[in-house]
Amino acid sequence: MEISINKNIVLNDSGFVFNPSTGDSFNTNEIGIYILKSLIAGGSIENILTSLTSEYSVDSDSLERDVEDFITMLRIYKITSVV
Amino acid sequence: MSRRKVTVAVSGLNNIDSPGPGIPVIRGLRESKTFDVRIIGLSYENLEPGIYMEDLVDKTYQIPYPISGTESILERLIYINNKENIDLLIPNFDAELFNFIKLAPYLDKELGIKTMMPDVELFEARHKSELHKFAQKYNILVPMHRTITSKSEIDEISKEYDYPLVIKGKCYDAYVVNSKEEALSSFDKLSNKWGLPIIVQEFVKGGEFNVTAIGDGKGRCIGAVPMRKLYITDKGKAWSGITIDDEELLQLSCSIVEKSKWKGGCEFEYICSEDGRYYLIEMNPRFPAWVYLAVAAGQNHPDALMRLALGEDVKSYEDYQIGKLFIRYSYDQIVDISEFQQIAMYGEK
Repeated sequence: MEISINKNIVLNDSGFVFNPSTGDSFNTNEIGIYILKSLIAGGSIENILTSLTSEYSVDSDSLERDVEDFITMLRIYKITSVV
Repeated sequence: MSRRKVTVAVSGLNNIDSPGPGIPVIRGLRESKTFDVRIIGLSYENLEPGIYMEDLVDKTYQIPYPISGTESILERLIYINNKENIDLLIPNFDAELFNFIKLAPYLDKELGIKTMMPDVELFEARHKSELHKFAQKYNILVPMHRTITSKSEIDEISKEYDYPLVIKGKCYDAYVVNSKEEALSSFDKLSNKWGLPIIVQEFVKGGEFNVTAIGDGKGRCIGAVPMRKLYITDKGKAWSGITIDDEELLQLSCSIVEKSKWKGGCEFEYICSEDGRYYLIEMNPRFPAWVYLAVAAGQNHPDALMRLALGEDVKSYEDYQIGKLFIRYSYDQIVDISEFQQIAMYGEK
């Protein structure tokens, strides 16, 4: 699954996310910031999962499920789309 | 550079929970870099808050209700003009525009008062009851739409379409109804208040987006700013909104302004359906009450209107700040009875 992120989104280091296309704004935590920054930089989901697995003590199934939920939420709020 | 002094008459001073655009328009005019404005307020009711906002409105005159016809309005305008020497008139109520459009050539030629409004034909073409044809002409989506004059037509519509539906008054007000009974009750309320026809529209579920725009009447869109409503009152009015980056909305709106050769300010109201398509719900023939958001975002539409009307060369705006919010608030003005008495007894203050 390839994800395309809306490159215009505003993301700051405290986790405030603003989508200028819809006017929606959100707060996210440090992992959310990491995922968003990785997507903006062109990173793939696979790379994000690998990196988070090495960083946190979490089993890969739970992590994959959580990241998938997060990506679904981003899609619902039109921050990303599936290519 | 010194600014040229001009006198501008502005209506729509009812800065209430469902506000008229007069006060935000005046705020834009006061920020003009070209003109130093003296503001003459035109009011209908003694309790319009703008009458008492002395930092924004220099003097207010009551004018006759639109229903009294062009003659009595003209008579009053002549009286006001003799005292104030008005350069420009900006009407801000849908219901008064027809009279002012009719009077515009006389005001210009005989009294030297400029205006910036579409002609009657174009004004009527974008009317709620004609919106379907208007949208078709400019290739814009609109929800299913029927103009009705009797309650019996609601029977047919109930068989043809699923609820909810939106029942709208000729000029103002709208109700979302979930059953035939609610539709009949809304028909009564709206026809008693605003007369016939009544407009029945399909309810499109989605986010509400509005655009304030201005056209020069020659096919140029001088500016357009899209806004998403963030908080909506029980009357459906935006209490808070944010400027957004949406090229499609801008193109849709500018294309109507350009192709129709719209003259003056206007507002487009859209719903974005869940499948991402924009439906035009209304086109209002004047600036919206949230127009000051456009000023704050870098496009002073009221000032552009003033400069166009007074013969200045006005360049089109190309940009605006995205992510600018307006958050409306209520505020209790304290007014001495003598001030109220002045407008109530003498019709001017």
